[in-house]
Amino acid sequence: MKRIDHAEASSKFIEATDHAEFHDRRLWDLRKKRDRESESLPEWQELRDLASAIKEHTLTHLADYLEQFEAAAQANGIVVHWARDAAEHNQIVHELLAAHAVKTLVKSKSMLTEECDLRPFLETRGILVVETDLGERIQQLDDEPPSHIVVPAVHKLRTDVAQVFGRTIGTDPNNSDVHYLAESQRQDTRPHFVRAEAGMIGANFAVAETGTVVVCTNEGNADLSMHLPKLTIASIGIEKLIPRIEHLGVFIRMLSRNALGSPITQITSHFRAPRPGTEMHYVLVDNGRSERLGMEDFWYSLKCIRCGACMNTCPVYRRSGGLSYGATYSGPIGVIIDPTFNLRKYSNLPFASTLNGSCTNVCPVKINIHEQIYKWRQVIAERHQLPMVKREAMRMAGKVLASPKMYRLAVEAAAAGLSHLPRTLIYNPFNAWGKQREVPGKPKQTFRQWYLANRRKAS
Amino acid sequence: MKVALFVPCYIDAFFPEVGIATLELLERLGCEVEYPLDQTCCGQPMANSGCEEDAAGTEALFVDNFAGYDYVVGPSGSCVHHVREHLTAIPQTDRVLGVRRNTYELVEFIHDVLKVREFPWAEFPHRVGLHVGCSTLRGLREASVSEVKQAPYSKPLALLATVKGIQFVEPKRPDECCGFGGTFSVFEEPVSARMGQDKVNDHAGAGAEVIVSPDMSCLMHQKGVAERLGLDVRFMHIAQVLNGARA
Repeated sequence: MKRIDHAEASSKFIEATDHAEFHDRRLWDLRKKRDRESESLPEWQELRDLASAIKEHTLTHLADYLEQFEAAAQANGIVVHWARDAAEHNQIVHELLAAHAVKTLVKSKSMLTEECDLRPFLETRGILVVETDLGERIQQLDDEPPSHIVVPAVHKLRTDVAQVFGRTIGTDPNNSDVHYLAESQRQDTRPHFVRAEAGMIGANFAVAETGTVVVCTNEGNADLSMHLPKLTIASIGIEKLIPRIEHLGVFIRMLSRNALGSPITQITSHFRAPRPGTEMHYVLVDNGRSERLGMEDFWYSLKCIRCGACMNTCPVYRRSGGLSYGATYSGPIGVIIDPTFNLRKYSNLPFASTLNGSCTNVCPVKINIHEQIYKWRQVIAERHQLPMVKREAMRMAGKVLASPKMYRLAVEAAAAGLSHLPRTLIYNPFNAWGKQREVPGKPKQTFRQWYLANRRKAS
Repeated sequence: MKVALFVPCYIDAFFPEVGIATLELLERLGCEVEYPLDQTCCGQPMANSGCEEDAAGTEALFVDNFAGYDYVVGPSGSCVHHVREHLTAIPQTDRVLGVRRNTYELVEFIHDVLKVREFPWAEFPHRVGLHVGCSTLRGLREASVSEVKQAPYSKPLALLATVKGIQFVEPKRPDECCGFGGTFSVFEEPVSARMGQDKVNDHAGAGAEVIVSPDMSCLMHQKGVAERLGLDVRFMHIAQVLNGARA
């Protein structure tokens, strides 16, 4: 399978200057709002410690909490399914829909169903799937995956949205008024809510003690998806568990503050039992999570609550856009999760980072993101997944830099090259440094030469 | 106090004046400084690219050069950060651990070990944009960062603040990464260059005449970008300013 070329994709993203600048500004604004929220809570660091500790505890006792969750859910009248991987998940969901002769499924936002590629799976089997989150709906109508785990269409300008809606739901393509666009999407989605025979949600948190699934939204679309149809399904990644309802407060206080810089989402919904006369199902999905839990250096990534704070603060993500990662999960959290799905395909992603460490600083559950990025680079090299050019360059550099003699020859040759070669040769298309940067000027002597001449005359 | 001077490869090759300023400054501050002649690099380029095995020879050579000194001091935060946190390609003997422990970035050495704050010979009547590279900032924790709620502090600023005539400008995003990132600068050239442009424009927009930093590699990248953009900004290492250089 071909490697995702993040550098190439980001180059295209950057070329669209208006979009690139808007994207950077918009996400930096979210970062600043998050900073203000963090400053408003004296107990911010304590909350991070607590959130991290709860997640670590849960993950290290995951089997027990999953069984407790299943039992509690069953006691509430929910049917619980277990899916080993994406294929099983999609199969289970499709069988449920087929058994109920479902023609239309309304669903709220879920990164897990993106990870499983559920939508195309159902659509090829004749089921109309309607995303009901505004951003997710924009992306669906434009036939693009979400570019951000919280704000899926953040890479689009409102004029882009007007074009997409004009093409797909018949609005005026030249009217990019935000209220007009949002209202149009709402009007377009309402009939689907009424018609749909099934509704589906993801999960922000799953409470083992009560068998509850908690979903945080700003649009209320999860509630409509669950309150109207006769058949409802929640897809839940097994890492979403928390032990008790009393732990929820810690995470609810952190989630929206970190994601959008707002104290809380408009709506925090607790789904606990089917309404009378309806069916409710949970699908608990592994899809590589158990394997990740067994990875000494990387299991910490399972603590993630998908707030997107690491993406908003990431200077690389802000300037390259989520789609440039070519994966379900983008940004810092993406580059440490994606390789667990397909090492070769995503082997360039851990290099799409300057290792600046800001992601680790903002993470509300204290995932050591930049350290994991560094570790992934070692794993990728060990498993022979580095591009040949880089591999050979490093082998050569390692040899030269381990030998004082070869090093001195190389330094002097490089310096001589810079002073003698014509500009056209130095700034050739193969010199990535020189495309948008000048190379350093050539000094009269190296430091070592100066030192020998001025400080070590005797030797 | 016996101090070994660590001059990273790119400073040796391209910015000897930074090595000279570091040497002279340390001597002015009373250190007995030696420059081990067979030093090359710390191993970071290979290790950061995932090729830790290829870094082993270079790391062993680093330890051979720098074992036995009270302190190893270098004018480059990211190289020092590598030695301190990631020099792990070779067996971690007491000798290796000793070198790693004793290696300091110049600013933290002056600030924390020598505890010097005054540089009476220094005068720098310019508007300065201070850039602290991410390894120095978030790795060596030489200053507070905007994403963490904490009492503000900055070791580089504490040293520069006493320099006569110096003024500081306030860029909009003072601690945003400039996009150098070692081999990132060539393998992720489009984003790297864009980040560099944003950084130098931010400083220039705030009125900086000179961008000063403890991290020469960031400056090498920013300087290359600024020259291509035709910006009227100069770049100097903090050692040069503290040693009394004029822009």
